[in-house]
Formats: sequence, structure tokens, C-alpha cells
Amino acid sequence: MSADILQPGFADPVAGAQSCFRAVLDAMARPGRIREVGTDLTPPVPLAPATAAVLLTLLDYDTPVWLDPASAAACSWVGFHSGAPIVAAIGACSFAVALSLPELPTLPAGTHEAPEEAATLILQVNALGCGRTYRLTGPGLHAPALLSVDGLPAGFASSWQENHALFPRGIDIVLCAGKSLAALPRSVALQEV
Amino acid sequence: MHAADASDQPHAARRRWMAVLARASAAELAALLDRHADLPCYTKLRGPESGLVMVRGRTGGGGAPFNLGEMTVTRCTVRTDSGQVGHAYIAGRDARQAELAAVLDAMLQDPHQTFALLANVIAPLAETQRTRRTEITAKAAATKVQFFAMRNMRA
Repeated sequence: MSADILQPGFADPVAGAQSCFRAVLDAMARPGRIREVGTDLTPPVPLAPATAAVLLTLLDYDTPVWLDPASAAACSWVGFHSGAPIVAAIGACSFAVALSLPELPTLPAGTHEAPEEAATLILQVNALGCGRTYRLTGPGLHAPALLSVDGLPAGFASSWQENHALFPRGIDIVLCAGKSLAALPRSVALQEV
Repeated sequence: MHAADASDQPHAARRRWMAVLARASAAELAALLDRHADLPCYTKLRGPESGLVMVRGRTGGGGAPFNLGEMTVTRCTVRTDSGQVGHAYIAGRDARQAELAAVLDAMLQDPHQTFALLANVIAPLAETQRTRRTEITAKAAATKVQFFAMRNMRA
């Protein structure tokens, strides 16, 4: 075991993971809603508390995870606390962790027989609630919702629409910044405002 | 236990003390720690938490693997304030034992403390465990039936 596992996980693993799971569930069910998680976490650099909380909650030994080179410093922490195998190929992962948006088509989008095999991208951005604003429509939204994200590239809306068009295939995104998260399930349509 | 071991095979020395710690009860560990060392300040990185592991065996020792059964294991990982990370995996559900064993594993990795701890904590524990094992083996050996001797007696 390497000596660089220097940070603990959730203070209370069961309650911490349950409340974070509830937050992710809410965020997925109501795209655009921002929830707060990971308030008691001190994650390793460069992960934000929300990113770390989502990883501790969703990963386990049978979900291969891919980390982008910028977040590679957190590899041993993620592996130690979650037990998830870390894969080098983005195409073989169930969860991808990234600090900048990867090419969405490189992630596994599932198959028509098994759309649940698509990957979930956990994307750490600079901030939620400011920056570029997107209008979201789709299941879970009675009226279009607005979500502002600082840290998504200019062409995000069009690459997301390509992903959305694959439905029921396609990847889901959990956006994390600081201690807050929001989700973009594949079912939601998005336009930049 | 010797300097040569520690430099040649750091893992062999550590493996030995971790094995001794895993077999020592929480009460034994606490008593020895009270007498010989101060517990350092530490952070629990994981656990202590209990779970099940599948114990596997091989038929005849080297044949096809099979699942023997599940076993309760408690594990703990701590980091001392001086930066050592200690791990412990113990049989059973004694969280206190796992925690003390992990702290001792971390302390033993600190070169300033290794020799004193090996002499004052690990050696007595290993000795107790050896005695206990010899006693059990002797008791079991006394009940062994010598089929060869019985046949000779009858003849």
C-alpha cells in the first residue's frame, strides 16, 4: 500500500453515502437543481468535496473508474476508499472523473439492449450558479429550468445535444463544484441561453 | 527483527509483526502499550469496519480451488501525525483490536521506534502465541491414536 493515502473518507460512511446518494438522486430527477454534499470531507488535491463525495457514494469494486490526467493525483485515494478498479482506457469505464470536458463520444454510451451500461461522467467545474447559462427541458421538468455553469467549454450545448439524441443510450453527467452538485441525465435537452 | 532483515526485506519484517498483531487480543495490545509506549495522535483513514471475506482452499493443497466458507474480518487503516500509515486486518469483530493493531503497525514503521517496539511489544506477544500454540499442539498430540502400536500390541 502506498503511503500517499493521507485523507480519510466520510466521517460516517453509511450516513455520508446515503445522504449524498439522495442528493444525486434528487439532482438527476430534477435536472438543473443544485444540491449540497460533502460538507464534512477533506478530499485530496485536486478533487472538490462534492466530487469526492459522489465518488465515495457511487463507486465500488465492480465499477471501473477512469480519471483524467489532471485528477490522477487522487488515484490512490479513490482506489483505497472505494475499492473500484482504475482503468486506463476511457472506453472501459463505468464512471469517468474529469476536471475538463472529455470528448463525450469516447465514453461508453451503452447499447439498446442494455442502456444502463452507459458511463456516468463526474465533471468537476469551477462553479455552479454562475457563468454560461443553459435552458433545460425534458422529463422531471414541468417548466424549463435554467442552470448556470462556469467551466464548460463553448461548444458544450451541441455536443450534449448529440449525446441526448442517442436516447435511451447516452451518458449522464454529474457536475460538481466546491460543495455543490447538479446533474444532466441523458434524457434532458439543453440550449445555451 | 534484525537490521539486516529490515533493510533487505522490509515487507518480510512488516509481514511478521502484522501477523503477530493480528493474533493478539485487544486487551493484550492495550496492556503492552500502556506499559511500553505512548499512543501517538492519529487519524482514522478507514474503519474499523467489519465484513466478510471468502476463504478459498485447494483440494489436496495444490488442486482445483474451492470456496471453503466465509469469514468475518475487521480492518482498520490509520495515519499517525508523524505521517506513517498503518493497516490491520484481523479475524473476528473486535474493532478495538483492529484499531490498536493498525496504530502499532504505523508506529513500527517509524524508524525511531521500531527496535524498542519489536523488543517490548512484538517479541512478548510472539512468545505468548508460540506457547499457546505449543500447548494446543501438545494437547492434541496426546489424543492421537497410534494405529501402528495397536496392531503390534494385538500381535
